Amino acid sequence: MNVLLMHVDRNFEAKPALGPQTPDLVQDLALDTLVQAMAGDDKFVADIARAALLGAPGNDIATIVHRQQVLGDCIAQPAVVRELYALAVEAIERKRGHWFGIFLRQPSSILHASVELLQMFVEMLVRLRAVAQRHGGSFGSRGFTALFEVLRSELADDYIALVKRHLAELAFRRGVLLAAELGEGNQGDNYRLLRSSQPRSNWFRRLLGGGPREYTFHLHPRDEAGGRILTELRDRGINDVANAVAQSADHVLGFFEVLKAELAFYVGCLNLHERLTALGAPVAIPQPRPAGTRELRCTGLYDVCLALTLERKPVGNDFDADGKSLVLITGANQGGKSTLLRAIGLAQLMMQAGLFVGAESYAGELCTALYTHYRREEDATMTKGKLDEELSRLSGIVDALAPDAALLFNESFAATNEREGSEIAWQVVGALLEAGVRVFFVTHQYEFAHRCFVERARDTLCLRAERRADGARTYKLNEGAPLPTSFGQDLYREVFGEAAA
Amino acid sequence: MRDEPLPPAAHTPRFESILFGSTPPVLEREPPECFRDLNLDQLVRSVTARWQDYDLAPFFYTRLADADSIAYRQEIMQDLEQSEAMHAIASFSASMREMRRHLALAVKIRERHAAERWRLNAVLAYCGAVEHLSTALQALVLRSRGLRALRAWLSEYVASAGFVALAAQARKVHADLAAIRYCVLIDGGTVTVRAYGGEEEYTPAVAATFEKFRLGAVKDYRVKLVSSPGMNHIEAQILERVALLHPDAFAALDAFGAAYRDYLEPRLARLDREVQWYVAYLAFVARLRDAGLTFCYPQVDTSKHVLVRGAFDAVLAERLVALQQPVVTNDFELRSRERVLVVSGPNQGGKTTFARMFGQLHWLAALGCPVPGTEAKLFLFDRLFTHFEREEDIASLRGKLYDDLVRIRAILQSATPASIVVINEIFASTTLADARYLGRKVMAELVRRDVLAVWVTFLDELASFDEHTVSLVSTVDERDPTVRTFKIVRRPPNGLAYALAIADKYGVSYEKLRKRLVR
Repeated sequence: MNVLLMHVDRNFEAKPALGPQTPDLVQDLALDTLVQAMAGDDKFVADIARAALLGAPGNDIATIVHRQQVLGDCIAQPAVVRELYALAVEAIERKRGHWFGIFLRQPSSILHASVELLQMFVEMLVRLRAVAQRHGGSFGSRGFTALFEVLRSELADDYIALVKRHLAELAFRRGVLLAAELGEGNQGDNYRLLRSSQPRSNWFRRLLGGGPREYTFHLHPRDEAGGRILTELRDRGINDVANAVAQSADHVLGFFEVLKAELAFYVGCLNLHERLTALGAPVAIPQPRPAGTRELRCTGLYDVCLALTLERKPVGNDFDADGKSLVLITGANQGGKSTLLRAIGLAQLMMQAGLFVGAESYAGELCTALYTHYRREEDATMTKGKLDEELSRLSGIVDALAPDAALLFNESFAATNEREGSEIAWQVVGALLEAGVRVFFVTHQYEFAHRCFVERARDTLCLRAERRADGARTYKLNEGAPLPTSFGQDLYREVFGEAAA
Repeated sequence: MRDEPLPPAAHTPRFESILFGSTPPVLEREPPECFRDLNLDQLVRSVTARWQDYDLAPFFYTRLADADSIAYRQEIMQDLEQSEAMHAIASFSASMREMRRHLALAVKIRERHAAERWRLNAVLAYCGAVEHLSTALQALVLRSRGLRALRAWLSEYVASAGFVALAAQARKVHADLAAIRYCVLIDGGTVTVRAYGGEEEYTPAVAATFEKFRLGAVKDYRVKLVSSPGMNHIEAQILERVALLHPDAFAALDAFGAAYRDYLEPRLARLDREVQWYVAYLAFVARLRDAGLTFCYPQVDTSKHVLVRGAFDAVLAERLVALQQPVVTNDFELRSRERVLVVSGPNQGGKTTFARMFGQLHWLAALGCPVPGTEAKLFLFDRLFTHFEREEDIASLRGKLYDDLVRIRAILQSATPASIVVINEIFASTTLADARYLGRKVMAELVRRDVLAVWVTFLDELASFDEHTVSLVSTVDERDPTVRTFKIVRRPPNGLAYALAIADKYGVSYEKLRKRLVR
């Protein structure tokens, strides 16, 4: 039985293998803010949301579209989706009550606990099936219709009845019947549990009809050691069936866990959707394009994390970077460059995770991996110079780099003078573009930016942060050639509150 | 496969011991005095660690006195280096261990049906061990006198009427017991035993019911239920009733036990212990060979022309291999009238190791063992004396120099021209002039007695004592004198070489200073 709300053909991987650059990505895109908004108080939703975002670059277009459709159902029927999630949570919570604190060492206690657990699970499965039957008709996505069909067909009444019969039989009310052979020292060995459901009368018939003879003895009532031995013997016989039942309970638990994990993602989506809608911030279902097409155009793109932090709708940006391998972002300090870079990165990850994006419209190619390379504070360990540290970090990324990855640079190579920094940046970016990597670069380095503008005009989009004549920022970025100053005087004036001269 | 025909005398198979071709010497129970100094005590511990049950140490303590006894073992050791031969022996030993375990249980367990079954198991293990060994030996090309004699004798034993009957009876009784199937119904305190009537197993049906939820790998919930080989009173009561259901099989078991009490052939019991000496030593050799080190079979005789190439201290080597560090090998040779190897040079350069190695090689050779090295011609000695620097013995209330002298005198008094003496740094606790004087005296005594000796010393002058002494020097890396090479080479002593190299490294040697001051 599969859930298949996240992938068409497999379960969601809640612990994706992550590269060593992941912490940088989380920090640079402020992913924790996004995850927090998706999760609210539910730590589990947070884990799943984080996994879905970080594992997003592995998804193909079919997967993304599959999730977008499921998400559409969720946005239309939020209450049902939350109810299903609550059932999965309840099943797992109640399981905890059954097992926790008991260190089970006897097959008989394992069997007993597992049978009880399965009885509870059966009840929860029946409730799940009821929800499916009640609301199934109003869901249209492939993911949900398939799941509801599975619940209806696999958990039919006769199957539930069969399970209940087995669970009753496993109480062994007529005793445990074992087959055995003589072991190495003539002690009983290779005990196997037999089905002892034949009624008693059969036994008498066999006796009277000259069937095999049988010999019975009774344990002395005060023979405690003998009692323990008999229990152990019984345990030997039911060891395998206890294992089978315990594993079955695990399997059913596994089903609930997958269900919980996959629904958790959509519950997170719903939470985020509600937050952004309340702020009046637009969301768009993005149009994913195959990697390598170099498409990327959007209107009203904003930084979702900034919206969540400011608790208002931020300024959106429009641009068309179709066919551009390099997006160069320059312009005034505090003009929204970093915010735009983060908006680009977040939209990329959210689209690939199957989420909506913070924009009015968005269409873009998939990337095979997303990396960030931001200027860092001084290395606390003092083991390396700042430029050393940056280059070594870049080298780490390059180790993992593949074609059609996307790399976000924010003020990289500014640790040295502009000529050197520009030359490094020029060489790095040139090599990356030739290797088929898409680059987004926020920079103050005029020499580097200008050279890109002139010599790489065909594959470069230059965006510039606006500054009005009075020095005020609009946080709007427009297409524009890099300018030789970044208006640091403005900032100085603002901070020091007076004329810089 | 057949090897060359046996000489006619071997037609009556005669086999007694795999360790001693002729009359065995009296076994030493305590380690010889030289063992501690040469680290041979550690070697024995390491070699025998996994063979504790066989009491092998005395075989390492007891030196062989003649070349033929050494050859007897070397032949067997070489035969056992074929993996098929070693495999045959290993499987024989494993079965014999199994047999002893079964016998111990038969004694321990009181329940008659169970005890008799363990006795039967012991006999089955024994029969298997003997038959397999015999068959395996037939298929091998053997060159050693010892293993050929064993093979001939063993094939007669296996074909003997007594052994054939023993094996056939044991197997028949066992097969009848193994075929028994029965049912046990446990209902509260009531236990019913009856014959198995083909009832359906239940576990697969339960597993199939939940199959649809299966998700990849699962945890194993089976509890590890330890079954002790003993038998409790409930099992005994069940067994009694199984015996009632199958009276013939159990009567046959009783009869077998009564008929075959003394089945074990003493020569095989002895073989089982003694052959472990080879197995254990070859396992030790294999560990070091795996690390790329070489062992060889030495030529051992009474000639004092001793020659060794590529040798090493086996105990140190084992430690270095464990630390994945390289093992340095060394050569030495004593020609014509040369008798005493005098080793000098920088400290920590491998001098003591060299001295130990010299002693180890000779002792191991005298046991019939392959020795560390690519080539070895060693001396068949009568006694091996060592004199290594000791902690001061407070109880003796004597000075250390005095102590040294007492010990060396004792050695010199007992040494014969067939003895080996290994001396490591004596007279270090006195003035240089004293040491020189005493050293010359002792050297003269050694030479006069014509013993074979190694002497590690800081006294350069002993190296050029006379034509009986050979000077060996521990060396350092020419480019970086702080690096020891652990190579001991035949070279006149030069106490200044080390100091000059250090000076050179820091540019203050004569040559370097001149060049630097030229401009």
